[in-house]
Amino acid sequence: MTGSPYAIPAIVLITIVTVAIGAFGYRISRNTSDFLVASRTVSARWNASAISGEYLSAASFLGVAGLVMKYGLDVLWYPVGFTAGYLALLLFVAAPLRRSGAYTLPDFAELRLRSKWVRKLATAFVVLIGWLYLVPQLQGAGLTLTTVTGAPAWLGAVVVATVVTANVASGGMRSITFVQAFQYWAKVTAIAFPAIVLLMIWRTDSGGTESLTAPSSPVFGTETTVEVRTPTAVIAAQPVTVLVSGNVDGRDHAGEVMRWAPGRHEVAADARLTFPAGAAVPQVEGLRQLDNATWARPLVGVGSGDHPLFATYSLILATFLGTMGLPHVLVRFYTNPDGRAARMTTLVVLILLGVFYLFPTVYGALGRVYAPQLLLTGKTDAVVLVLPGAAVGGLLGQLLAGLVAAGAFAAFLSTSSGLMVSVSGVLSTDVLGRGSVRDFRRSALVAGIVPLGLALQTAELDVSQVVGLAFAVAASSFCPLLLLGTWWRGLTATGAGAGLLVGGGLSAAAVLVTVLGPGLHGWTGALMSQPAAWTVPIAFAVMVLASRLTAARVPADVGRTMLQLHAPESLRSGTPAQPHL
Amino acid sequence: MSVPGHDDVSRPGPVSPPDPPSPGPPQRVRVVLAGHQRVRADPVLEIEEQTQVGDLLVRGLIRTQLALALRLAAVVAALFGVLPLLFALAPGLSRVRVFGLQLPWLLLGGLAYPVLLAVGWVYVRLAERNERDFVEMMDQS
Repeated sequence: MTGSPYAIPAIVLITIVTVAIGAFGYRISRNTSDFLVASRTVSARWNASAISGEYLSAASFLGVAGLVMKYGLDVLWYPVGFTAGYLALLLFVAAPLRRSGAYTLPDFAELRLRSKWVRKLATAFVVLIGWLYLVPQLQGAGLTLTTVTGAPAWLGAVVVATVVTANVASGGMRSITFVQAFQYWAKVTAIAFPAIVLLMIWRTDSGGTESLTAPSSPVFGTETTVEVRTPTAVIAAQPVTVLVSGNVDGRDHAGEVMRWAPGRHEVAADARLTFPAGAAVPQVEGLRQLDNATWARPLVGVGSGDHPLFATYSLILATFLGTMGLPHVLVRFYTNPDGRAARMTTLVVLILLGVFYLFPTVYGALGRVYAPQLLLTGKTDAVVLVLPGAAVGGLLGQLLAGLVAAGAFAAFLSTSSGLMVSVSGVLSTDVLGRGSVRDFRRSALVAGIVPLGLALQTAELDVSQVVGLAFAVAASSFCPLLLLGTWWRGLTATGAGAGLLVGGGLSAAAVLVTVLGPGLHGWTGALMSQPAAWTVPIAFAVMVLASRLTAARVPADVGRTMLQLHAPESLRSGTPAQPHL
Repeated sequence: MSVPGHDDVSRPGPVSPPDPPSPGPPQRVRVVLAGHQRVRADPVLEIEEQTQVGDLLVRGLIRTQLALALRLAAVVAALFGVLPLLFALAPGLSRVRVFGLQLPWLLLGGLAYPVLLAVGWVYVRLAERNERDFVEMMDQS
């Protein structure tokens, strides 16, 4: 609990503004086309802000910093990959996809392959990936509300799910475009401004960056009291003196000073531990106990920590290729007026994301200095929320804490909105109805309730890691469909369907094993927790092979489709040559 | 869209390559001869034939654009793909400090983004040039 009195007003404010812009959009959105793609009249700069606003999720706003704090350098591949994914999208699919004129991924599949069942399959994967991505957003909302107010975790998830569902159901995507564009600027302000203040403070009271990477454990900078909410086992790397109120190592203590030997100590729920300034931080069991120098080194490993080189390459593959397969990312490209604008938009997105991603690292690194108690509780995802209050103090600290809380809420609201628009879009056209405005509203309810149920059921997971798994599934299903569909005439419906099933199925299975199964180690753990390195090549191979085997079933009009995907719009209008279209 | 000889209805002419690409709205033809007017070749045949020319051009455009995208993707793959290996083989890199930051942190935490942007910018320029060339070729053919 950061205890900032400004956090709640800031969260309420950002929510009200979001709803207000949504309501404004409601007045001007009239038909289904308005709902789904904002009638394709959104300018490149608006669109780029909206894309970035939608894309910067809880994983980016909270998760990256939390992972950096825990695991160090290797985690920076997440934001680099999240950005590079847009470059891959620009190079291979941005303009053709816009020119295809399809609304959604299933639309693209049907348009290119003339097959209803591949369309259905694509729909299933849109829903699967969308929900997989929504769950950590809602959990992040719960974490935020718990951190800043002490409210129970389910409340935040319910608040965000309700606001977003209502907003999506009432306004559709045009209002969402304005909401998203606003939210990018809200988020970048909320993360950048406190980061700059933190850096200035840190410069004045520390010995420079060397102190961050010295071969010693993180230490409490000041006397720190930690309230442990859930039973936690911690590992003390060095002997440490601690004042304990509560049950530790099976015995009750009432404000007694204990001297912890190096090793494992069990802290029961609701214990209060007070550490003196300069004490080495005991870290939660299960966290690899990295001293600062090891933390700063590359290839320490993310996730299971085994085979870090493989895990790194697999993560790179998943994030670089997964972005284009995220349903809420693609739907946004249809709002560009033409293929050229789609390219310009993507280029601007690269700038906006690059600026944003400079900052989470600051929180992750300084978190080890100013909020090391998070290493003890294991709740490093909260570092962005906790750090400004912990490091700055006074009125400024409280204001900054309010600002980051609002930014975090902007992140949940915007990403959840985008995902929900996409999921309810395909649900309303393919599953629950035939695409009328009423179907869309009904679908929005379903799209919101299911992930909320999942978020309330599943245990707390690392936000960024679950999102990383969603990327792996997208990279193993929609990425090959889009790349081959756009550039290779030989793709058949059978090939695409087989590739989607095998690639998407294998990666989804790996996700399930990682999230629900026992903790795996060694090669099994590495292959399951970072599956992209094997599932992506398999998906491509299956798609190509199965297409070759069914080469007779290449759609007869593939030439026309290719022309539509790749011919610049200036050919279709404007110039006197009105060729065969 | 003025191809010499195109309006010259009096000369049926062998199918003159390159054929005008437009089958769409029929060309306005000024008929000067009172007598028997030779209709141009079977329109269906002509469309197919012109589609073939157009088809070749489109295939060319797709190949060019794909080659461009693949080349730039290879540049990115080389630049970024080499980093983990480099970090593994040369752990001494971490001792190199620029502005007080260890080199790997500087590369992944900051420099990666302008590099991605630069590649994107080059792509947009070249891809648009390819498309302009394509449009010009279609106009001339």
